[in-house]
Amino acid sequence: MKVKMLSRNPDSYVRETKLDLQRVPRNYDPTLHPFEVPREYVRALNATKLERVFAKPFLASLDGHRDGVSCLAKHPKSLATVLSGACDGEVRIWNLTKRKCIRMIQAHEGFVRGICTRFCGTSFFTVGDDKTVKQWKMDGPSYGEEEEPLHTILGKTVYTGIDHHWKEAVFATCGQQVDIWDEQRTSPICSMTWGFDSISSVKFNPIETFLLGSCASDRNIVLYDMRQATPLKKVILDMRTNTICWNPMEAFIFTAANEDYNLYTFDMRALDTPLMIHMDHVSAVLDVDYSPTGKDFVSASFDKSIRIFPVDKSRSREVYHTKRMQHVICVKWTSDSKYIMCGSDEMNIRLWKANASEKLGVLTSREKAATDYNQRLKEKFQHHPHIKRISRHRHLPKSIYSQIQEQRIMKEARRRKELNRIKHSKPGSVQRVSEKKKRVVAVVK
Amino acid sequence: MSSSRAAESLLALNQQEELEDLPREYPLSTSEDEGDSDGERKHQKLLEAISSLDGKNRRKLAERSEASLKVSEFSVSSEGSGEKLVLSDLLEPVKTSSSLAAVKKQLNRVKSKKTVELPLHKEEIERIHREVAFNKTSQVLSKWDPVVQKNRQAEQLVFPLSKQQSIFAPIEHVVSGWKARTPLEQEIFNLLHKNKQPVTDPLLTPMEKASLKAMSLEEVKMRRAELQRARALQSYYEARARREKKIKSKKYHKLLKKGKAKQALKEFEKLRKVNPAAALEELEKLEKARMMERMSLKHQNSGKWAKSKAVMAKYDLEARQAMQEQLARNKELMQKIQVASESAEEEGGAEEEGEPFVPDVVNEVQMKVDRPNPWMFRNHSGDTKEAEVQGDPEELAEPAAQEAPESEEEGPAVAEEILLKEFEERRSLRQKSGLNQIAKPVGSQEAKDLSSQEVLSELRALSQKLNRESHQSRKQELSSTRTVLVVQREEAAREEEEPLLLQRPERARTLDELEELGKEGCFQNKELPRVAVEGQQLERNPSNHLGVPKEKKRKEQMIDLQNLLTTKSPSMKSLAVPTTVEELEDEERDQRQMIKEAFAGDDVIRDFLKEKREAVEASKPKDVDLTLPGWGEWGGVGLKPSAKKRRRFLIKAPEGPPRKDKNLPNVILNEKRNIHAVAHQVRMLPYPFTHHQQFERTIQTPIGSTWNTQRSFQKLTMPKVVTKPGHIIKPIKAEDVGYRSSSRSDLSVIQRNPKRLSIRHKKQLKKNSVD
Repeated sequence: MKVKMLSRNPDSYVRETKLDLQRVPRNYDPTLHPFEVPREYVRALNATKLERVFAKPFLASLDGHRDGVSCLAKHPKSLATVLSGACDGEVRIWNLTKRKCIRMIQAHEGFVRGICTRFCGTSFFTVGDDKTVKQWKMDGPSYGEEEEPLHTILGKTVYTGIDHHWKEAVFATCGQQVDIWDEQRTSPICSMTWGFDSISSVKFNPIETFLLGSCASDRNIVLYDMRQATPLKKVILDMRTNTICWNPMEAFIFTAANEDYNLYTFDMRALDTPLMIHMDHVSAVLDVDYSPTGKDFVSASFDKSIRIFPVDKSRSREVYHTKRMQHVICVKWTSDSKYIMCGSDEMNIRLWKANASEKLGVLTSREKAATDYNQRLKEKFQHHPHIKRISRHRHLPKSIYSQIQEQRIMKEARRRKELNRIKHSKPGSVQRVSEKKKRVVAVVK
Repeated sequence: MSSSRAAESLLALNQQEELEDLPREYPLSTSEDEGDSDGERKHQKLLEAISSLDGKNRRKLAERSEASLKVSEFSVSSEGSGEKLVLSDLLEPVKTSSSLAAVKKQLNRVKSKKTVELPLHKEEIERIHREVAFNKTSQVLSKWDPVVQKNRQAEQLVFPLSKQQSIFAPIEHVVSGWKARTPLEQEIFNLLHKNKQPVTDPLLTPMEKASLKAMSLEEVKMRRAELQRARALQSYYEARARREKKIKSKKYHKLLKKGKAKQALKEFEKLRKVNPAAALEELEKLEKARMMERMSLKHQNSGKWAKSKAVMAKYDLEARQAMQEQLARNKELMQKIQVASESAEEEGGAEEEGEPFVPDVVNEVQMKVDRPNPWMFRNHSGDTKEAEVQGDPEELAEPAAQEAPESEEEGPAVAEEILLKEFEERRSLRQKSGLNQIAKPVGSQEAKDLSSQEVLSELRALSQKLNRESHQSRKQELSSTRTVLVVQREEAAREEEEPLLLQRPERARTLDELEELGKEGCFQNKELPRVAVEGQQLERNPSNHLGVPKEKKRKEQMIDLQNLLTTKSPSMKSLAVPTTVEELEDEERDQRQMIKEAFAGDDVIRDFLKEKREAVEASKPKDVDLTLPGWGEWGGVGLKPSAKKRRRFLIKAPEGPPRKDKNLPNVILNEKRNIHAVAHQVRMLPYPFTHHQQFERTIQTPIGSTWNTQRSFQKLTMPKVVTKPGHIIKPIKAEDVGYRSSSRSDLSVIQRNPKRLSIRHKKQLKKNSVD
């Protein structure tokens, strides 16, 4: 009998240097790697579980304000800098890496209603309850200088919001009407009105920069064209819209945060039906901000939680809350799309991770490959009941939880009633109106 | 529709403007007539006449504009009452007055004109403006549609979209932009200025500046010209090479190759004369090339061509010849070491001149020291012809080639035999060569200057080769070839009797030798027929097998491994060597037998069948027996209900559907639903899929690196959105996606259309400014 021995060429397994990875010879013959589906399923299950284990989104709380935080602004050039205005008229500038306040200004008397940075990041604007618009330098006053605004514009009425143009020295304020200001002048170069109610917020479109959107307290959202100095269209919803936000990657898409607990994503060319109704909040939605990638947005609600929605989904993928966080008034997604900041009633600004279980810091290539693989596995098996259950599981405070239950019952009752009405009336006399159409009262040309 | 409506209303606006203009024109036209009172009067009359035209004779009180003599009580003006009526007046025919015609004309114009619509409501106008503006804006926005669509469907999006060039501000700018503010800073600045350190100026010293400008203009020009020339030359050569490469003629290439070879030979000769050291190097290079050729196995009969030829060899004379030619070539290539050894032998001859000749006997004795070497032994004990043959092995190829035509007549079987023999021959030669390598050092122990001798011998070998090429045809004689063949056959026979290799006292000493050995081993592995023959031998004399030295054993094992992995090679089939194939089959049978023996105890098949039968039984629906023993008849121990009763109360189960594995003998299909698996199964077809097979296929395709190559694994696990940590992602810009962004700034557009500010706003603004 012959003895058969394995023989190997050292070239195939000896490393050239110590730093090289050990070469692992692979045989991709499928018969040698059986049970691929069950094995990948188990991997996906484990990945999902680990994702939940490592989901620790809360990073830091920035405290220092002496009243509720009413507005937040990002620095256009520096990721570490954040500006916040409070209800007592104080503006603070924070350094996120140090998690410290680096500057403090008593900007207004009464609320700071709005704050925005200039596109170059050298100065910022605030509006307050004292009917003033103030421009401030981003750098602190030099030695011996007093803390003073660069310019102050005294208006006739209260300004409730401000936003700066994305490319030019133009900013817009809102209040009784939408005013467009040249930075060099003390009077607006153009003001636009439509209706008589006070306008609560105004936002420039980041892509087609001559477009503006505003929302007023008479339940409408109005779009303006700055070049033609005219409003374009108005859509009236069921309830008041608190603020809107434009998608930074899709020029004609914006999302409105509404009082009726929902968010509405519109295509501005077809305002009669919202593209998507995002519902999960159990109280009025107060603020919304898009991720810079344009794939998700975050919303802040009066129900003491913030939620992250994918743009194309009607349900949120994440909900963040802490025991101490009260009504969240403002929220911002940082420009690198990794973090979320929210300012709330109880005077704190909180910093969250945008992906709850993401590992921070530099990843090695193998770590990255592993996370990518896990991500893909989770996507692949997302419909399997166990994995779905685990990945969807979130803890909620009791108040929100019970509210959700309650609202589910209410919604079900409404649905049942509608069905009954259809059932018991003459066929064709009662039309079913789609949920999306129901929310839009009218579109005014 | 809305736009057309808007246009309509705009038209209406225009008309309105015209309407405003009209009243201004009328007074102008009438004022001309007012010039004289006569005309005035006539006009008055005319008006009266007109008013009397329509049926009702409306009377209008004439206005009294002057004092008159008579005042009628009916307020009829007594104008012209003082004039006397003359008969001639009455006799004249009635004429149409020119002034009346003008009036008529006017009247007609007024009649033909429609009334102008009222100006639109301000709200309405605003609405129209808005609508027009909205349409315009949506048109502008629709250019983003393809971009948005593309980004939504993209496999992967990498942010930030535009690559930022990091701008490095020159240090002077930074320094100049910075001012000393605090007292400490000022103090430091003062100190610096006192020392006249360059603060704002460019921080280059004169030396650095000079070095920057080091290259003079002439130099630069010269260099440029040089480069230009080089480029032109290069392009010329490239073009030429391309042209030559395109030529497809085989003949041309053959000639080219030959010419090159000749050239090389000439050069080599020249070099040998002039510079022997360089020549030696050249030689080494040649040797290396030959080695590569040997390694490449190009000329062995394992190639595609050779295989096809081998199939044809049976029937086709030409094919056979071609094959033999190739084999000859192969042999030629394999000869190197032989040559060396020969040269070593000749070395002795060479040494004759310089040194005392070392007699053959000495060599013989030395050979006898390592007695088990059959080759050595044979070398010296063999007859002269054999020696000659071995001494001049290049000739081996030719005889074989010569033999071919003869063998044709003997039929295909003979041809095959010859092929086989040739293989054997080759093997034996190789072994010899191996031995010679070993023998060489022994032989050269006496040699004083080994390296120089080797060089010499190699040179000689080369010259011999050259000579041989010219003399080849003359040398060959049929008789000799015959004998050679006979000898070879004898060799083969001897081979079979004796162990193939002897123990080597000295292992391969240098790394190169080791490598050589490895390569040889590799060659042999590929050479299946040889292996088969070896196998034959081994089986024939197992007793010898035990005594096989270690070295040999290792080689064999390696061969066997290969053999095992590539059980049957097509080349073997093509050669149609029945004996060898049989051997292999035998081996397989052995293996099977072995497995059978190893698993003699368990009969898997019967177990499986039994299991299947049980499963089938278990899945069959059971009959229900409702008989009550003792009911209506005697009951008790040992008593059974009657057959009639049993038949009556037995409920036969309906036959279930046929089992799915009815026709699959090797399979048991479990048709029961597994409740434990249900928890892990998807109940409803998820959204984007339209058919369950689609979904199943996506699930069944594995994405892990266990099942996929690294490249495809990376491709499969590519994340959808990639962001760089610490990089600001700006909103998408028209430039990012290749659109031209509008050059006009929004601000300038506003300032160019100030009229669009409504009057109300203007008023408000004014009020604001006044306040």
